[in-house]
Amino acid sequence: MADTAAASTFVERAHKVLGNTKLRGNFRRAMDGLMAKRAAQFADIAAWKSLRARGAAAKRRVLARLPELLEQLEANCTANGITVHWAETTHEANSIVLKILQDHDARTIVKGKSMVSEEMHLNAFLQKHGIEAIESDLGEYIIQLAGEAPSHIVMPCIHKNKGEIAELFTRHIDGQPYTEDVAELTDAARRVLRSRFAAADAGLSGVNFAVAETGTLVLVENEGNGRLSTTLPPLHIAVMGIEKLAEKLEDIPPLLSLLTRSATGQGITTYVNMITSPRKAGEKDGPQEVHLVLLDNGRSRVYADDQLRDTLRCIRCGACMNHCPVYARVGGHTYNAVYPGPIGKILTPQLDGIAVAGDLPHACTLCNACVEICPVNIPIADIMVRLRREAVHPSDSPAVMGAGCKHTATEAAVWAGWKKMYASPALYRMGARMMQRFGNMMPGGMPLLKEWTSVRTRPVFAKKTLHELAKEQGYSDV
Amino acid sequence: MSEDARARILSRLRAAPPAAAPDRPDWQPPRFGDQRMARFRTMLESWRAEVHDTTAAAWPDTLAGILATKLAGKNSRTVVYAPGTATGKTLADAWAGREDAPALVPYTEPVESFKSVLVQQADAGVTGTVAGIAETGTLVLWPGADEPRLMSLLPPVHVAVVAASSVRDSMAEVVAEQGWKDRMPTNVVLVSGPSKTADIEQTLAFGVHGPKELVVLVVTDA
Repeated sequence: MADTAAASTFVERAHKVLGNTKLRGNFRRAMDGLMAKRAAQFADIAAWKSLRARGAAAKRRVLARLPELLEQLEANCTANGITVHWAETTHEANSIVLKILQDHDARTIVKGKSMVSEEMHLNAFLQKHGIEAIESDLGEYIIQLAGEAPSHIVMPCIHKNKGEIAELFTRHIDGQPYTEDVAELTDAARRVLRSRFAAADAGLSGVNFAVAETGTLVLVENEGNGRLSTTLPPLHIAVMGIEKLAEKLEDIPPLLSLLTRSATGQGITTYVNMITSPRKAGEKDGPQEVHLVLLDNGRSRVYADDQLRDTLRCIRCGACMNHCPVYARVGGHTYNAVYPGPIGKILTPQLDGIAVAGDLPHACTLCNACVEICPVNIPIADIMVRLRREAVHPSDSPAVMGAGCKHTATEAAVWAGWKKMYASPALYRMGARMMQRFGNMMPGGMPLLKEWTSVRTRPVFAKKTLHELAKEQGYSDV
Repeated sequence: MSEDARARILSRLRAAPPAAAPDRPDWQPPRFGDQRMARFRTMLESWRAEVHDTTAAAWPDTLAGILATKLAGKNSRTVVYAPGTATGKTLADAWAGREDAPALVPYTEPVESFKSVLVQQADAGVTGTVAGIAETGTLVLWPGADEPRLMSLLPPVHVAVVAASSVRDSMAEVVAEQGWKDRMPTNVVLVSGPSKTADIEQTLAFGVHGPKELVVLVVTDA
């Protein structure tokens, strides 16, 4: 990601995509539908508030007790027969997955949807080592055919319309005629992927919630590919971030309800798949072995800061994307990050560092729509502001990689002057008078003003200050 | 390598400033009172499941009738069932010797040798359930040695038998009442409708990987 991020900025990419009317139409239609469906689910505001408070508390509890819950999860999974692995970096996680696959002579694997595996860039890594990874979620399958990355964490091919998908299928599936009929396209994918499932040496999945109390992996999905990936092949590998825990089984019903209703406006997904062990003696199906890979990749660093830690409550519903006015216009790929949209704008700079992704927290109007609908109440906007600040004015928190990397002496001097002026009534009055007289003479192209005036109409300074106007109106105490 | 990673991750987490764990605030899952069964049916139908009310004595007959239409024209007319379960036994007894019923194939061997039947041949799979959930129109499947996991997933039609008396208002109620936390099996699956996707332009399509159809038989004792 870092290579391409350096090649262009968010603003450059956004400018390019804003002119793409087809793409904008695809996103607008999808976002409008998803917002309406979610709103219908939470029409009862009192019920929404109480459910959200319950879900947020469940995730806060997880973070408050994270190290001991991880140990409890590990102990319970191990007792259930699931092998637990720990990885500090994505490279380490990839190596662990590769080693397990090589130990089993696995040549092809089928994948259920997993954003952590996208974070690891697992498919490309396995391909380099001669192992084919087949995406089986319909949306992921489509973008794999197209050689693209997901543009949304829940609906990965939301940027494509059926005409584009029809062309892809005609090109890549033998004997497939061109059709824009969605049922026929879906049938074609079923036919191709069925045989891949039956022949796969292993299945790989993500995890929505891992229950520490019982050592259970909870996976939600609509298609059944997640169940197939975790049931049909003889080996199942699950990958998850270290924060995706639930403390107790009783936390699962409220968290599931928040997740599915926020994500797609469904009361529940078609399948909720709860996996607690590999196939036991006497059972006829299910994998002989289940492995769980716990990935850190910077999360424990984020955890060290008690404000930024709130980012780790995220249950990856994607609702913040659906409600973001920026995301709806520029789409997921513009962020050039595994996690796009509001949550990505705060998560990516924390995982990859501000030097790499420092422009993302600025791709936001602080409208607060994401904060209002976040099912676990993450203060996304506050964290956005904090990260903007860290980029130029680092705190002593060790949690932010690359803090201070955007610091410039000029900007610091401007703000220092500003601060001084605002702290002194005499200086403030003098400054205001200067602006009245000479403000309109400042050239719009001068260094500090240029960025502002390049995209905005230049404001005209008023002849009289607000204080003067008020005095004229007869107010005496100004 | 892994052991070091574990130690380092845990020590970083332990070094972070502690935060107090908040209490779980009061939250009540919804209740439906005497509307429970109506809600269960409406929600299941909203997922495009086909719901039939029947009785403990009559359900195999009801099912034979449903499948006669559904499987007409299929060459194999094969139904996978679990002979070791109460549901499977009832079905096998009732259909024994019936010319008009589809052929029953027991799922009693490991998937490694049964895969082709499941993937290519079976037209339907019949399973029991341990509960129904009215809030979301959900069936709770509790697979095990007698009732394997794939019979509700690979055949194009999944038939689930639900005792009306097992239907509860919410998932929270089922999890608590059945004491799941002390007895989680290899796999529990909640099923709400047939397999579906909306990945292409948010247009619903059914049977993308799992069953295209879900038939729910709601059974009363009478």
